[in-house]
Amino acid sequence: MKHLTPPDILLQASGLHKSYPGGAKVLGGIDLDLHRGERLALIGANGSGKSTLLKCLLGLHDLSGGAVTSFGERFERAPSRAQRTRIRQKTGFVFQQHCLVRRRTVLCNVLHGLLGDPGSWRGFSHMTARADWRVRAMAALDDVGLADKAGARADALSGGQQQRVAIARALVRGPELILADEPVASLDPAAGRSVMELFSGLCLKRGITMVFTSHNMAHLADYADRVVALRGGRVLFDKPAAAVADDDLERTFA
Amino acid sequence: MTRPVPPRLNRLSPLSFVVTVAALAVLIASMTQVAPTPDQLVQGAPRFVNLMDRMTPPNLDPAFLWRIAARIVETFQIALVGAAFGVLLSIPIGWLAARGVSPIGPFHVVAKALVSLARTIPDLVWALIFVATVGLGAVAGTLTITMDTIGFCGRFFAEAIEDADKEPQQALEAIGASKLSVALGAIWPDALPSMINSSLFALEKAVRSSVVLGLVGAGGIGQELKVAFDLFQYQNACTIILVIFIIVLGMEFVTDRLRARLQ
Repeated sequence: MKHLTPPDILLQASGLHKSYPGGAKVLGGIDLDLHRGERLALIGANGSGKSTLLKCLLGLHDLSGGAVTSFGERFERAPSRAQRTRIRQKTGFVFQQHCLVRRRTVLCNVLHGLLGDPGSWRGFSHMTARADWRVRAMAALDDVGLADKAGARADALSGGQQQRVAIARALVRGPELILADEPVASLDPAAGRSVMELFSGLCLKRGITMVFTSHNMAHLADYADRVVALRGGRVLFDKPAAAVADDDLERTFA
Repeated sequence: MTRPVPPRLNRLSPLSFVVTVAALAVLIASMTQVAPTPDQLVQGAPRFVNLMDRMTPPNLDPAFLWRIAARIVETFQIALVGAAFGVLLSIPIGWLAARGVSPIGPFHVVAKALVSLARTIPDLVWALIFVATVGLGAVAGTLTITMDTIGFCGRFFAEAIEDADKEPQQALEAIGASKLSVALGAIWPDALPSMINSSLFALEKAVRSSVVLGLVGAGGIGQELKVAFDLFQYQNACTIILVIFIIVLGMEFVTDRLRARLQ
């Protein structure tokens, strides 16, 4: 039976449980709806289950209980191979720093964002990649303002520039959803703000749904519409960013 | 109260004491059987001087030098082709043997064991094996160097692949990139400098091994060296030893420079 969700719900978790094989229980029954075009911030102390939740929602980790519906694909435990491919094709990822291939050019790293398509191995280098892919990668670099650095080695860039390349790598596939796991945690405050500004602006402009985890509370008000706090593997609160008060944060990190 | 200062020497445990005494006993017993006696050293010294005397001056006859030159070229060819084959074969072998990356999963230990086998069999034994299978001459030498290089590069390539940055690999896996794409896109560029470094060492090693392969009939300059000793042509032998010395030194110089440029 196909599970029906309202068309504007992109991702839905119901009663999501996750324990690791060692027995450690990370998520204990999460219910969450993610709406199309929304910018959602996920907060919580270290070990509260933020990263695990992101991975479960996309079928990167098997679920221990409950169900997830991503882009209309419903799965329990784990998505089928075909479902996983379809889900990943609509999703971009931005990780913490150091996720670029250091010795390759910036253009090469952006092309890597296209490697998820079947038979796409030629995209491993800008020398072998298809011509239209090279054009798409350049366009994505232009969007993050780094087209002039296309030929530079990734490790020659500053931390903020590297994260902008990571954003271009996520954008190049034209995703409907971008997940970012502490995208600016390793940057200084000024660089962090400018990267978040760019990231959030691009997502808004293109109607891309954005989920990011952060420890920086100033970013919540500026770059998120909605804040979900996790504590001990459960949702502590789920409210509009404007309504988050100081004592909410104290409860989250207490 | 402060704690007492620890003693300078920890007391030897009974087990360590027994092991130490046993090891010393084995060493002394072996020395009585294989170490030279003072008598042998005294008698051997004048013979050594005599041999040195008969080896000098080295034979610098142009006809002989030309013959040597041809053999030197052959030696280089064996080293170069053998090392090149070995390095190329080591790339897929290293990939198969790399823990956590290998497409054959837990069977990577099998690939690793085969690489160890290639390494533990000494080059002269490989040479004997290949002389027996493909016959006397340079081809046996080339195959020997190939096996030797696989034993060396297979191991270091696998380590370079295992040590490649993990974060970029995970980033590619997360978007659904295939194993091949991850290997080409994220692992290869990160492992390459270390692999080139190992390859240059392998080439240096290949030149050193290739000069002695001729001793067992696997081609190259070693063959001339054996002939010279067998026929008591010590002045010829001297020339060959000097030439080998110059080649190996030259090779080390060249690969050192290349490695320095790589850093």
